[in-house]
Amino acid sequence: MVTKKEIKQSFFIGLWFMVLTFPIMVIKVNTIKHIVIFRWSNLFWVGIVGFFASLVWNYFLRMKEEKKKADTKDDIPLIHRLLQNERFRIPFLTALAVFFLIYPFVFPMYHTSIMISALVYVMLGLGLNIVVGLAGLLDLGYVAFYAVGAYTYALLNLHFGISFWFVLPISAVFGFIAGTMLGYPVLRLKGDYLAIVTLGFGEIIRIVLENWDDFSNGPRGIGNIPAPSFFGHQFGQHNSVIYIYFIVTALVLMTIFFVGRLENSRIGRAWIALRDDEIACQAMGIDKFKTKLTAFALGATWASIGGVVFAAKTSFINPMSFTIWESITILCVVVIGGMGSAIGVIAGALVLILLPEYLRAVAEYRMLVFGALQVIVMVFKPEGLIQGVRKIYKFKKVKE
Amino acid sequence: MRLFKIILGVAVVGFLGFLGIKEIISDPVYFLELFLGGLTRGSIYALIALGYTMVYGIIQLINFAHGEIYMIGAMTALIVASVLGLWGWNSAVIVILAFVFAIVYSCAYGFTVEKIAYKPLRTAPRLSALISAIGMSLFLQNYVMLAQTSEYMPFESLIPDFQFWEPFSHIITAVEMTIIVTTIIVMILLGILIKFTKIGKAMRATAQDKIMASLVGINVNRVISTTFVVGSATAAIGGVLIACHVGQINFMIGFMAGLKAFIAAVLGGIGSIPGAVLGSLVLGISESLFTGYFWSEYEDVFAFTILVIILIFRPSGILGRDTTSKV
Repeated sequence: MVTKKEIKQSFFIGLWFMVLTFPIMVIKVNTIKHIVIFRWSNLFWVGIVGFFASLVWNYFLRMKEEKKKADTKDDIPLIHRLLQNERFRIPFLTALAVFFLIYPFVFPMYHTSIMISALVYVMLGLGLNIVVGLAGLLDLGYVAFYAVGAYTYALLNLHFGISFWFVLPISAVFGFIAGTMLGYPVLRLKGDYLAIVTLGFGEIIRIVLENWDDFSNGPRGIGNIPAPSFFGHQFGQHNSVIYIYFIVTALVLMTIFFVGRLENSRIGRAWIALRDDEIACQAMGIDKFKTKLTAFALGATWASIGGVVFAAKTSFINPMSFTIWESITILCVVVIGGMGSAIGVIAGALVLILLPEYLRAVAEYRMLVFGALQVIVMVFKPEGLIQGVRKIYKFKKVKE
Repeated sequence: MRLFKIILGVAVVGFLGFLGIKEIISDPVYFLELFLGGLTRGSIYALIALGYTMVYGIIQLINFAHGEIYMIGAMTALIVASVLGLWGWNSAVIVILAFVFAIVYSCAYGFTVEKIAYKPLRTAPRLSALISAIGMSLFLQNYVMLAQTSEYMPFESLIPDFQFWEPFSHIITAVEMTIIVTTIIVMILLGILIKFTKIGKAMRATAQDKIMASLVGINVNRVISTTFVVGSATAAIGGVLIACHVGQINFMIGFMAGLKAFIAAVLGGIGSIPGAVLGSLVLGISESLFTGYFWSEYEDVFAFTILVIILIFRPSGILGRDTTSKV
């Protein structure tokens, strides 16, 4: 399986990494106190990890090559096959529904609150999945629309006292308008330019929120944002978390439904086709610009709704919640879960957001792991953890 | 449409020119300071932008991790300089060694990043390579943060205040002068490398047509690696110089600097080396003037606005050639 040559090569790669990481991993300087610490043990670990990582890396690269040569039909992931199976599907979905229904009553408030943020990420991920996964437009400024939603709720409530339920549709409209307005000038650009420009817009919105004191209260943010009410009845702190939990769950279900319907609609198929081949699409008479703009605007709508829920949940927002890292986290959810696959994105959001919350000890390594995972997923499994399935019309043979 | 663009352009330039001349006449020294500050800033952008534009010219990839390479260069120089400083070495030796280590390590990182994150994706869709690049950038930032510290580290200037420069130092400091001179030297060397050496010829050939270049016996993989190494080396020089100028670094410096340099490369016309230099100088000077005369908080907003305007009205940049997409 592993040849002698590969072991030798990995040995040298381990050595290479030891040399490469020497100044940064081993030497730690404190320039204020003028102390230098040498951490030689790190060198040893880098060598070991480099050696094994190289072996595994080469092995998987070879497997990928062989798979390409064998030209196997890309098999449908297990979860899709299970979901297609009638006998499995109903009990599975029932169990899932029961689990989510009793979750806030069984687990303490802390867990419910974490689950709420994970579900907000599911919503954001599904929204971004329209833009990145289906339409193939890399949007690095997605968090701007999230901020639009959050600030819409905070400001409308602060100045006019408008309640959560009225803001929700208003923010969706605002998100849609913001998406169209930002999309209009930038969507003429291709792939990587688009990524940078959207990144720029995301940063512009954050910097403006930070510096325009009269409008957004600057870096101090806006506090005392009320939790949603139930027909005028305001819950206590504990019950209100449970209430928000159910609202988010309902919104997520709505998102799954809408995005699923969109994906298989005329416009959804246009997005996928546009992602795969722009020129062929134009030849087929698809309006490239309009199609991209709808994807961008619809993605923004969901981000904006997510922002409202976020503001209602935390009751305090400031521009620091809307940095570029937030955009990249959402992008990680989509990419690692599986671009263009709703189930993948949901699983990705739950895993990527819940795991670091529970593994507090390794939470500081979160971004490091996200970065590494992005590279690894792109190199070995570009379709993500759970691949999306295209709807294929199958002819049934007619018995004679 | 074309006429409209020209009229708009003339109007904007005329208006700004009018305002500018009024300001310059009222306080020429302030203007000169801002201008030279912008020139320094632009020189640093140019050193980083070269790496972007060279890589983009050859494999059409935005090397998102390039800003991180620059940060690692500055970090390595800081570490080497502090260790040697504690050991009591001669300061001239420290300067040389810090530069050498920064350049060598940045090159090594650039080389490794290419092999890990980009080479397996040579034939994959461009979106995949871009996401992989973003992942690499995230990884390197957090790697430095976890292995070192997340705080700002003071960086003692390696460049001494030269005696002979004393009379001019109220307008432009010795460090700024060093930055500008170094940039000019690096540009000339790079120009020679690309115009007159064999590997430079191979780079130009690969940029034009990868398949054809490999048919005539050019080792394309080696050319790509060399490009990453050369780009990383210039970024490392920029990293050390800017760290001397600003006086403090942390693990985040690469991100904004990388973005700005990218904007500069796009402004000049991505893929074109003179374009990258010109774009960097234009961006650096206009940013400096903007922060000096208008609002300094919106410095980054200004740079991004320039990017958006350029991409909408002239996507190929100042010196870039128009390209048409073919089936």
